[in-house]
Amino acid sequence: MTSPPGATARPSLAVWKFASCDGCQLMLLDCEDDLLTLTGTVDIVHFTEMSRSTTAGPYDVSLVEGSITTPADAERIVEIRARSGVVVTIGACATTGGIQGLRNFAASGAYASTVYAHPEYIDALETSTPISVHVDVDYELHGCPIDRGQLLEVLTATLAGRTPVIPGHPVCHECKARGTVCLVVAENRSCLGPVTRAGCGALCPAVGRGCFGCFGPADTTNTGSLAAHLVGAGAAPVDVSRLFATFNANAPAFEQEAAAQGGPVPVPLGDHRSGPGGGR
Amino acid sequence: MTHGSGARRTVGVEGISRVEGEGSLRVEVHDGAVTEVALDIFEPPRYFEALLVGRHFTEAPDITARICGICPVAYQMSACAAMEDACGVTVDGRVRSLRRLLYCGEWIQSHALHIYLLHAPDFLGCADAVELAEQDRGAVERGLAIKRTGNLVMATVGGRAVHPVNVRVGGFYRAPDPAAIAALREPLLQARDDALATVAWVSGFEFPDVVGGYRFVALRDPGRYPIESGRPASSEGLDVSPGAFAALAVEEHVAHSTALHARLAGRDPYLTGPLARYALNAGVLPPVAAEAASAAGLGPVCWNPFQSIVVRAVELVFACDEALTLLEAYEPPDPPAAEVRARPGFGTGVTEAPRGLLLHRYEIDADGTIVTARIMPPTSQNQLTIEADLRRVVEAGLDLDDADLQWRCEQAVRNHDPCISCAAHFLDLSVETR
Repeated sequence: MTSPPGATARPSLAVWKFASCDGCQLMLLDCEDDLLTLTGTVDIVHFTEMSRSTTAGPYDVSLVEGSITTPADAERIVEIRARSGVVVTIGACATTGGIQGLRNFAASGAYASTVYAHPEYIDALETSTPISVHVDVDYELHGCPIDRGQLLEVLTATLAGRTPVIPGHPVCHECKARGTVCLVVAENRSCLGPVTRAGCGALCPAVGRGCFGCFGPADTTNTGSLAAHLVGAGAAPVDVSRLFATFNANAPAFEQEAAAQGGPVPVPLGDHRSGPGGGR
Repeated sequence: MTHGSGARRTVGVEGISRVEGEGSLRVEVHDGAVTEVALDIFEPPRYFEALLVGRHFTEAPDITARICGICPVAYQMSACAAMEDACGVTVDGRVRSLRRLLYCGEWIQSHALHIYLLHAPDFLGCADAVELAEQDRGAVERGLAIKRTGNLVMATVGGRAVHPVNVRVGGFYRAPDPAAIAALREPLLQARDDALATVAWVSGFEFPDVVGGYRFVALRDPGRYPIESGRPASSEGLDVSPGAFAALAVEEHVAHSTALHARLAGRDPYLTGPLARYALNAGVLPPVAAEAASAAGLGPVCWNPFQSIVVRAVELVFACDEALTLLEAYEPPDPPAAEVRARPGFGTGVTEAPRGLLLHRYEIDADGTIVTARIMPPTSQNQLTIEADLRRVVEAGLDLDDADLQWRCEQAVRNHDPCISCAAHFLDLSVETR
């Protein structure tokens, strides 16, 4: 840590946004009861969603939301890294490229011409990449969105100069802990819980739906075994592929399994009116 | 930089703060006349309408929720409505009531966030809510408490406050336990009281004397203030089906960092959001909200965009009261979702996001694969009107010095609670804006 707390001033915190939905940085404002405590502990010196005041840095800690999708943003993140002591990326966009990372599998230019009448006005990269592709990252916090408790843990640990205690085991542990009956075993349902990083509290199985992997791959996974089980239990490979290729489609473990099942989303855009089922 | 007649004057804000997403604004004044107004969006596009193609129709609610972390329920509800329309399914009764309750949670959360953390600091000369808390900690704590209750409603019904997991096409995965719904009563009673205090608080602010001429567009839902369903209507007599509205609201993509601008019939700019909803539906507000509006001095239509904070506070009262009404009557829907079978065709869904009307339209094929997607968020519909507001605000504020005029302009943008994260997926991106 470059600036131990208690040195001279309160540590400074900056919050940065790239391509994203704002939901992860909203977790800071969602701290509600703890928000004013937090703002009394750190100086939030750059947080556009919250304040019109800003400083040029340097920053003790930078939280970075979103993925890199434009040439200008690829330069901006390098500048932010240079002015930051600790860089923590928050959420699926920043750590794996996010849902917009599906463009990485599309034909060149297909996405821009589908959405915009004049794609030539758009100055965007063909890819959506995680922050770690562009600069060194000190800690990655996963989730779509991140968990508020985990965010506070990462901030607390960073300020205290210790390693955050964030589990890398799969969601299954959380289902067992809360006593949720296994959907895969008991109801033959598709669920990514066995390969997805814990942290949400196993919310989806608790409402009776399979995990859709929004926290990305756990530290160790056997996606092939899970996919074979799901297909063996009757799931269509295209549906299994879609499941892996959603909010963390570019996380290597998920990307490889989606490809093994025939995806992700091999739709030739621009040719998508070719007829019923033509998109497959 | 000087100001006054004869001088050329530029007011610019590089990164507009306290809005959701990234944008900037630029106003040019020449010889005392406003020559150019531009609200630039430099939020990178994420191409949702492209990445939805080839996905299964049941995935649209979860995928489109990721357009906006502030109003994910709005995206889920419009997506569900569009898919149900495409498949010829009408969802009513208990499922519809539960959707409305979930959506009330989002209105409470989003409106409290906007009023207390994003908008009120402007009126009190504060850079942000932290500075405001130094002046009036009680007010900020009240706002955070209301927001927490909104999040609690969303988490109880939706399973999670940001990007809820319990919503599906047709309804819900699981109906919440009645005891969990009943437990929302106490916090909501407190939130309603706090919302009434909010109306009293914000109606005492000083408002710049600016009057807009607006064409309002909002849903109308017989006998009820519109949230999760209704027919698009306008202050000039429009009253059409969602599908007809989708055909009428035409978006343009123009150069130089302007947005996809929505116009009615390709011609007329319009405004959606609290001012529009209130103008078209004030008569069906429940008594507690109607009385609060009256006590705050609001007439049947509010034309001053700076007073949108008062209208938003009245809607906060309404959303708390409506949530209380819904939870008193709550019976778990059984089954929790209607069965929705794919059939080929088009479907349109419109609902009222906290910041305005949100339209989804999809074409799906026989096996439920999405063929085309169109999403029209409130901010792209409001952008032309926000720019017109900026012009009026600058013209009325030429005697202000540059710093104050710049702040006034920022405030004028925040009046409409733009969600640039939402809009940017449909907006131009230009390097000139950086």
